[in-house]
Amino acid sequence: MGTPASGKIRYQQGMPVVDTDVHVAVPSIAALYPYLSDHWHDYLVESGVRSLEVNTYPRGSDLSARPDARPDDPALPPGSTLEQVQGQLLEPWNVQRAIVHCDYGVHLLHNEDLAVAMARALNDWLADQWLSRDRRLCGSITVCTDRPEPAVAEIERLAGRPEFVQIALPARSQQPYGKRVYWPIYEAAERHDLVVAIYAGGGIGNPITAVGWPSLYLEDYVSFAQAFQAQLLSLVAEGVFVKYPRLKVVFIESGFTWIPSTMWRLDKNWKGLRREVPWIDRLPSEMIREHLRVTIQPLNAPVQVLDRVIEHLGGDTMLLFSTDYPHWQFEEPADAWPLALDAASLDRVLRESAIVTYGLDRRRPRPEGV
Amino acid sequence: MARVAVGNGARASKPRVSIIDCDIHNAVPGLEVLLPYMPERWQQHARTIGMRGRTALARGYDYPKGAVDACRVDAWPANGPPGSDLALMQRQHLDPLGIAIGILNCLFKVGAQLNHAWEAALARAVNDWQVAEWLEKEPRLRASIVIPYEHPESAVQELRRAARLHPGFVQILILVRTREPLGRPQYRPIFEAASELGLPVALHFGAIGGNAVTPCGWPSFYLEEHTGMSLAFQAQLVSLVLEGVFERFPQLKVVLVEGGFAWVPSVMWRMDQHWRRLRAETPYLRRAPSEYVRTNVALTTQPMEEPQKPGHVLDLLEMMAEGPKLMFATDYPHWDFDAPDRAFPVQIPDDTRTQIYERNARGVYRL
Amino acid sequence: MGRYTVATVDEIPPGGRKIVELQGLSIGVFNIGGEFFAIRSACPHKGGPLCLGVVTGFVRADTPGRYEYLRCGEVIRCPWHGWEFDIKTGLSWIDPNRLRVKSYAVAVEEVTPAGQAAASHATELRDAGLIEGPYRAEVYPVTVDKATRLVTVEV
Repeated sequence: MGTPASGKIRYQQGMPVVDTDVHVAVPSIAALYPYLSDHWHDYLVESGVRSLEVNTYPRGSDLSARPDARPDDPALPPGSTLEQVQGQLLEPWNVQRAIVHCDYGVHLLHNEDLAVAMARALNDWLADQWLSRDRRLCGSITVCTDRPEPAVAEIERLAGRPEFVQIALPARSQQPYGKRVYWPIYEAAERHDLVVAIYAGGGIGNPITAVGWPSLYLEDYVSFAQAFQAQLLSLVAEGVFVKYPRLKVVFIESGFTWIPSTMWRLDKNWKGLRREVPWIDRLPSEMIREHLRVTIQPLNAPVQVLDRVIEHLGGDTMLLFSTDYPHWQFEEPADAWPLALDAASLDRVLRESAIVTYGLDRRRPRPEGV
Repeated sequence: MARVAVGNGARASKPRVSIIDCDIHNAVPGLEVLLPYMPERWQQHARTIGMRGRTALARGYDYPKGAVDACRVDAWPANGPPGSDLALMQRQHLDPLGIAIGILNCLFKVGAQLNHAWEAALARAVNDWQVAEWLEKEPRLRASIVIPYEHPESAVQELRRAARLHPGFVQILILVRTREPLGRPQYRPIFEAASELGLPVALHFGAIGGNAVTPCGWPSFYLEEHTGMSLAFQAQLVSLVLEGVFERFPQLKVVLVEGGFAWVPSVMWRMDQHWRRLRAETPYLRRAPSEYVRTNVALTTQPMEEPQKPGHVLDLLEMMAEGPKLMFATDYPHWDFDAPDRAFPVQIPDDTRTQIYERNARGVYRL
Repeated sequence: MGRYTVATVDEIPPGGRKIVELQGLSIGVFNIGGEFFAIRSACPHKGGPLCLGVVTGFVRADTPGRYEYLRCGEVIRCPWHGWEFDIKTGLSWIDPNRLRVKSYAVAVEEVTPAGQAAASHATELRDAGLIEGPYRAEVYPVTVDKATRLVTVEV
């Protein structure tokens, strides 16, 4: 372990971590059939729905999987078997808990009934095939958001199960998430102490950017940060954190180096435009620090500016360690968090902030031997 | 007696450099003023159908602004909208603030009109009006050529015409929210002509371009729409860089006007990181994305950043040191105006001040 | 320091204002419901001509979507960046003082008759749930002579 003279410690692989961004994949749509009614199964087959795999991570793209996270069977997407995730991530990285979610395009379906059935099947599959088989895993509830009622029903169905720790919403949505149509979801989340997680995904109804559809996959991926900024502005401006003061939001795979500039601009504008959003009774940046957490990958910062970024954020408490398995965001494992920190700060980033944010000690205590 | 509490606006002394104000808005008093600059056929169109953009409102804005017409309350002339009266602009702005050169950006919604032939006529009229009413009357002012940018063939025609018309035109103006990202191939001819003529292309805050103003749909509040304008700037910057517009036109300068600048380092870092992994998709890029931002992009300072800890602005300037050039702007007469002596919330080094208030603009605009 | 007669009562009807220059300072004199107040026309934010701004009320909300509109005619918004100030006290009602930012100075209030009135008015607003900010525009005592109907400002 590196211990520079300053007393600061560098992260090394093997230090216990809570990995707050792990992607698992549906091996094929057939994996969901056992969790669907005969009616929906036949409908899917007869309509030729071969897959709902999203195009956020093209299989052959270097970003989509680290070399050590590729599946043995090339017919399968990365992260689609438990053995793989255990062998490639949980063991070597000493992951005490992993927050997993599965982005499988159910929210891209325009047929609300089908979307709801698929979301339910996906959640049941996740619980059955992953969460119940390895107690280190904590899961995300997938919901569809055309109307809030079915989403709330699904949250209510699963909220009592401690292995589910968050509700997962894709960053690219039909309307900004602060809009009141979504509020029943936040009400249910707050009531059940579930985190609302917004992840790099989605894309229904709106172009990828505010100026239309870019040409390249590289632009698409880079532009995810813009969607997160819009969501943050909306959650703050609409008063979601005023109405639901205990609500916690985690941004997954959003980057965080854009957060200070967003906070500064929002603070500045709010001071002159306050009368438009009079329920905001304190600095937007203060609200953000209180309610928002963010997974650290992709870092989007050279190591030499990281301490300055942390200062601009107002401290490290927003940052939650993640590998973003299986995506390839860093070279060596130690590069996952390259900034040396004092012991307390490092522990917060690697484990403690996530444990507090997700209530993990209470809800999903550490399994024996981990 | 209560003492005045000093907030973010540090009382810096008046800058000892001459000021180049890179964003002043000359306002068209009304469509009728432009009619003499149009052929009869388009005068008729103006009287009958008039302005039609990608909105269903006949006039006004989709998002009500923080102040009437988004302007300083004290900048209204006796007649007409703020920015329409040269005498008031001289009296209230150019003279007292010691503006050596002011760059005009006329935001008359050229570019966002649906009728492409009408728009070409409108662009010509606005540019001719700018020459007659502004460039010819006030030697301190320079202007931006408005173009029907969604119709690049017409746009190139007009920008060439206007560039020949008057040496006071120092840049080409595009409103930042366009129909598609500007790196897309259909816009290429505009950048080619700009590069050839040595004119920077300005992307300016504003417009409804036909897409929802965020990637997540339409927000409720002007607070979001104004703050979120940077999303359009970010997307445009990413598009221009990654589609290789700067590689193709190494002399081209693009100026981002009124978009703020605190977000720039994070976009540079993010582009670089993901390009390193995915560069196979952009074989034509011979340098890292941030490199192009450094050499081909400039930004205006307004609206100035106001972190809760003013010293963070110095951090920001340091982070930008290897980045694009900053150029001072007031945005007169808009409400989020920056006065030259109060713009920065902290003291900045004299040399930095000279660069930002004058030297960088002289370089970019060849003044 | 001096006392200056700036107007007759009739010159500044209720809801009206007059901007005068006293000792090199631009000062706005406001008539709110028959009472007069004077406030310096320099916004503590960036020096904008505060007294040229829009006079309005204070919008507050206990919860998103429910608006309460108070104190109409008692709030002025800086004509530049729109910051709100209570005309009677000069207090800004934004940037609540919950966030401890060491670089900001906190206004010090000397207790004068006008200051006492200002303090009690501020208490009223605080009781209504408003949180005052650390910024303040400079205010000046105003007296009205009922016999001569002259408005006097002490600078």
